[in-house]
Amino acid sequence: MDLIADQISHRFDGLDVLDRVSFTVASGEVVAIVGPSGCGKSTLLSILGGLLRPSEGAAELRGAPPADSLNPLTFVFQDFALLPWCTVEANIEFPLVHTVLDPAARKAVVDDALRRTGLSDFRGAYPKQLSGGMRQRVGIARALAVRPAILLMDEPLSALDSQTRELLMEDFIRLLADGTMGAVYVTHNLEEAVRLADRIVVLSRRPGRIREIVTIPMTRAERGGIDARGKLLSLQNQLWSLIREEAIDAEREVQHA
Amino acid sequence: MLDRAPQETIGAESQPRPVIFRGAGFTPSAGRASGWIALGLVIAFWQLAGSAGWVNPLFLPAPSAIAVAIYKLALSGALWQHVSASVVRIGSGWLIGTVLGVIVGFGIGLSTLARGVGITFISALFPIPKIALLPLLILWLGIGEEPKIATIALGVFFSTAISVYSGVDAVPRNLIRMAQSFNVPFHAIVLRVIWPGALPSILAGFRITASVALLLVVSAEMIGAQFGIGAFVLQAGNLMQTDQLLAGVVILSLFGLAVGKAINVLEARLLHWR
Repeated sequence: MDLIADQISHRFDGLDVLDRVSFTVASGEVVAIVGPSGCGKSTLLSILGGLLRPSEGAAELRGAPPADSLNPLTFVFQDFALLPWCTVEANIEFPLVHTVLDPAARKAVVDDALRRTGLSDFRGAYPKQLSGGMRQRVGIARALAVRPAILLMDEPLSALDSQTRELLMEDFIRLLADGTMGAVYVTHNLEEAVRLADRIVVLSRRPGRIREIVTIPMTRAERGGIDARGKLLSLQNQLWSLIREEAIDAEREVQHA
Repeated sequence: MLDRAPQETIGAESQPRPVIFRGAGFTPSAGRASGWIALGLVIAFWQLAGSAGWVNPLFLPAPSAIAVAIYKLALSGALWQHVSASVVRIGSGWLIGTVLGVIVGFGIGLSTLARGVGITFISALFPIPKIALLPLLILWLGIGEEPKIATIALGVFFSTAISVYSGVDAVPRNLIRMAQSFNVPFHAIVLRVIWPGALPSILAGFRITASVALLLVVSAEMIGAQFGIGAFVLQAGNLMQTDQLLAGVVILSLFGLAVGKAINVLEARLLHWR
């Protein structure tokens, strides 16, 4: 199943946020969206996920989702969005309760998601008892439980410390390794973008327009090697040169707002 | 290999001195024992003042006299007659006001139309002292229990509606968006996200409405009732039976404490996740 951004423009309170953004996320592909602060990255993701109606253009799906997918477009949120009154297990089960799955099947799905994210020992814990990294793992487990075709990740690591970020980045790479699940990954962090994405959509400052779409010329498996580090760093610098001036302008704009 | 810095040495000319602690205070905690001791001391002093004749018992009877009055009331059966009349009025009025307040509060919290209409009416009617409506309610509903219960229900309704819609407004929007992103149906979002998210505010509202109900039942009973704690206190005051008057006040205080405890238990059970 492909996800298509078709000429998406968005205006909010008289402010142009996005301007004719078009690209396609092919089945199993990971596309990162980067750009200066306030360029509309998260707004674009909300539009792609059907949580926000664009002023113009549309988000479209092409092809059928996998037969067993319960929610083809599934978000992983920056702030985890866990229900604080529910245990880890109940949080993961939350999106399944109103699906076709019976309780036994739900339990099996939850058990599998807990196992895949290393949370089996924490099923009875409440979110307040968990670290930031563990909370995001619950968010990821909840997303995996509905077997998405495309994960929509809105800066999923930005609220975490660098060590936890690194561990979760490894988890993401592992989860996306078989190519059955695609992702749109919004981030400020260029290193995360080059490590995870197949292509990187670079947005200009507000109103966000596509400045460039950069293809990463190696597989994710190849990026772990020492030889790849130089190439990835060079790509990162290339991306930074694309957005540096605008990032400075955006920073000044925010400060003067 | 990492270079290690040499161990720092402290010269005789610079003797170490402790860093002055500046972090004291601003962290009060409620010590249960100190509260009970203070209460015991006040009652003891009050008793001493009464027993020693420092105060006229007509104006301020000693705690022992109040305890005796309560005991006699209990023995005669009058205590239960008055307390049960008040409890029935409070219970009915609170329940009606709470159910309506929760429904209207959720309506205001969830619907644009209900918000527009509801907030206008609540803003206009909430400041009216509800006891001022009792004569009108007597005209409408007669002189039985109905106007007293309606007065309590009105007082409880407005506070409940406000606390419920404030609670609904306070539910983090990201949780609602999360539920929507998983295609969770509207009714399930209300039941499984908004209701538990608004519960802290709703329970805080219950605490306020319980006090409002107590205040209004006493006021309503003072205006037009034969039985009930408010009627009993007024009657005792008219007859200068200050020990009985204060017995009624103590019973009201105990009732308020019991309701507060019940809400504490409810909070502990329902909000254990906080």
